[in-house]
This record gives sequence, C-alpha cells and structure tokens, in this order.
Amino acid sequence: MSFMPYVAPEQMMKDRSEYAHKGIARGRSVIALEYADGLLLIAENPSATLHKISEVYDEIAFAGVGKYSEFEEMRIAGIRLADLRGFQYGREDVKARDLANAYSQALSAIFTQQMKPYEIELLVGEVDGEAGGTSIYHILFDGSITDEQGFMAMGGHAEELSEALRDRYQPGWDLPNAVRAAVETLAATPEAREIPTEQIEAGVLDRTEAKRRKFRRLDPSEIEGALAG
Amino acid sequence: MTDPLHLPVAGTPFGASPSFADLVRRERPEAFPAGMQQPAATGLAIPHGTTVLGMKFADGIVVAGDRRATSGNLIADPKMRKVFAADQFSAIAIAGAAGQAVEIVKLFQLELEHYEKITGDRLSLEGKANRLAQMIRTNFPMALQGLVVVPLFGGFDERRAEGRIFYYDATGGRWEEDDFQTTGSGGQPAKNSLKKRWTPGLSRQDAVRVAVEALIDAAEDDSATGGPDAVRRIWPVVMTVTSGGAEDVAETDVAAAVEAVLSARGAR
Repeated sequence: MSFMPYVAPEQMMKDRSEYAHKGIARGRSVIALEYADGLLLIAENPSATLHKISEVYDEIAFAGVGKYSEFEEMRIAGIRLADLRGFQYGREDVKARDLANAYSQALSAIFTQQMKPYEIELLVGEVDGEAGGTSIYHILFDGSITDEQGFMAMGGHAEELSEALRDRYQPGWDLPNAVRAAVETLAATPEAREIPTEQIEAGVLDRTEAKRRKFRRLDPSEIEGALAG
Repeated sequence: MTDPLHLPVAGTPFGASPSFADLVRRERPEAFPAGMQQPAATGLAIPHGTTVLGMKFADGIVVAGDRRATSGNLIADPKMRKVFAADQFSAIAIAGAAGQAVEIVKLFQLELEHYEKITGDRLSLEGKANRLAQMIRTNFPMALQGLVVVPLFGGFDERRAEGRIFYYDATGGRWEEDDFQTTGSGGQPAKNSLKKRWTPGLSRQDAVRVAVEALIDAAEDDSATGGPDAVRRIWPVVMTVTSGGAEDVAETDVAAAVEAVLSARGAR
C-alpha cells in the first residue's frame, strides 16, 4: 500500500497554479478587440489549420491559448453544449454567459481534482445583433472568470499586451484599424519582430452580417489589405 | 465526452464525433425525433405534406414544393413550407408526415452545421446525401406506423462544380437522379409534366416556370396538392442552389411564372 506524503492545500494549489502558468507562458497570445461593428479576435498562429479561434454559435465565438489538445477539447464541448441548448430550447436562448460559466465550472473541477491542471486560458465572445452590445469573458485555468470591456489579451505575454492595448485602444475603430492595432501590438511584444501575414489568424463576430451566423474568418488578403491601409 | 465509435486508445475515446444526431440520441434521447413510440394504427389524423420536385438547370438545381398540408380529407394548412435550405450549398424538400418531416429537416440542418463547426470543413455533397439516408433509415419504425417521410435532396457539389439531385424512399434507400425527380401524393402528375417540359441546360427563368407548371399540373390532378392562390397570394416555394449558394426565388418571380403559365392555359 502506498502513501501520499502530506502536502498542505495552499502548497498544492500554488504548485498547480505555477505549473499551469508556465505551460501557458510558453505559448503565443490571442487579442480580442471590440470595434465599431462587432468583436475582432486575432492570434499569432504558425499553423494555418490548427486554429486557436473558432465559431461556436450564431453570435458566439471561442478562442483558446496554451495546450492545443486541451483547449480543442473545450472548444468541441462548447459547440456541443451550444447546439444541444439551441435544439432543445430556441436559438436565441444560447448565451455566452452560460457557456463561460460552464467552462469555468469545468476548469475549476479539473484544477482541483485532476492530476494536473489544464494549461489553457479561454475566451468566449458574443455580439448581440439587436441590442448592439458585446461581451467578452475570460476564463483562467483554475476556473476564475472575468468579464472584460473593450479589449483583452491572453497567453504568453498577456500583461505586456494588455498594457500596450490600454494605451492605444479607442472605442469605435473600424475593422482595418482594429486589425492594424492588434497585429502591431502582437508584433511589438515581447520584442519587435515581423509576423508574416499567413501566421496571423483572425476572425470576427460581425453584427452587421445579415445571416444568422455572425462569425467569419478573415482571409490573408483581407488582413494584408487592413495592414496596408 | 464519450465517442459513439468506441475505438479506445489507451482507454480513452479516439476522435470526437462530429454528428449532432448521435449527440442528441446519446445525451437527450427523449428529444430525438425517432425516439418517440406511438401505438401502431391509432387512427390519429396527422397532417401530411404533399408534392415536391427537384431538377437540374444550367447553373445548378431548382427545388420546389406546393404549400398544402392535408389531414385526411381536410386541408390542415394552406401555406406550409416544404422546401428548406439545408446549409449554404444544399436544399431539402419533404413530403409525408409533416411533423416528423419538419423535425428531420431541423435535425439535418443542425447535423450539417455541427459537423462544419466541429471539424472546420463542410461535408461533401455526397457525405450530406449519405447522412440524410441514415437519418431517414432511423425513422423507418415510424414509417411502418404510417409516419412516412420521403425527402428530395440536392445541392451544388463544390468539388465537381455541378448541381446534383438525390431522392429517397422510406427505408433510407438513396438514388441519384440525372435530370429531375418528384415525390409526394402529386408526384406522378408532376413527373409527367416534367417529362414533357424539362430539357437539359434550362435557364433560371425557364426552370422556375417548368417547376411551377409541374406543380400546377399536380394540383389539377391531385386533391392533396394545393395550386397557387392568387387571391390570398399563396405561391409555391421555389429555391435554387448554385455556386452562389442556396436561395429562395423571389415571390414576385414565382408569381410572374404562375401568371405566365395560367395565361398560356387560358389562351388555349
């Protein structure tokens, strides 16, 4: 029979927290920006197919940083939850807050009960086509959840990025302005460098989109156009 | 999340199922359309949708349906919609038990959207047609109780760059059609009409007219098929699916086609 040595709960939480922080700090970052017509999500991503940003539901989008396999699992669970809710009730009853709470509960349970915490941070964004509002929820590896206004950054250099955005951000930017600000901020942190356009992953929730599904990926030519403009 | 394929690798499921229907059946079986059990031959009068048709034309396909739903010899609904966009590049038309059919359409639309979101790719047209066959097959126990659902499905195949049409029977049998197909109680007169008037490579306008004329022929011979109603402005629903996507033909265009057909008949 094996015995686990006693570890104080404070120490255990601190160790897990450090472990998750380290994992997340190794990865690249995601920036979310509210602009005039909706919400822009932008990430530095060397892969063109392994996405960090995704559609979840009509007016809801998802972004994850950290360990791909772990946030991909969360993304799929989120799409399943949203589609089931919409099928059982109504499409307008699927809300980002609900989904963010579900993520928070799941990550909190994983953080305290599993062998190792998930090394991820998640973002759930939503635009309201009718009321014109935008919500951004940020969920950490331990399940803590905050709701953000205007802009947010998560991932490897979240703090520096947030600081840079705080100085620069202005409400009511058009899309090209928002893309430019986000890409320039990513490219300046932690040290100034050039990010090739094909390594920028971007998606928007566009509330002016007439169709039910407001999410759309920006293709490289659109990003290049915004950067040139 | 468990996986319906049960291909465990080191004890954990392998691969995420992209199927929404499987998800509903597993998580909420009571909400699954075919999960309902009803005693055979209850004699309940259930609304039925009637004539729908699909055909190819120069740019893709046209799918059209009349608007009548019947319940026994009563008209249950004079303006039911039986033709729907399944996703951006495909359309589905249904005949048969209306409640069951609408539920299957809803599930099928979600199936396609769910697949696209989970995997990041749209299903191929072939894949969509096969998936629909499987969903009709799960409805077979209901079909034996009289709740038959027989759809027509078609879309624009982005890989082959052409429109394609599929039709089904109540057992989930699936066949591809080269030119046109009809189903429902007025299917036979509609098909006879298409045999005489359909030609390969019709223009959009001609295709809409041929489709509307076939529905008018069906309404003349079949009491369960509703003809156009100019007084209450109830026109057939006509959709096109082309490389630009699935869209409704504007009501004014359908009304003009109806007007053209009827005035040509009046002049005879």
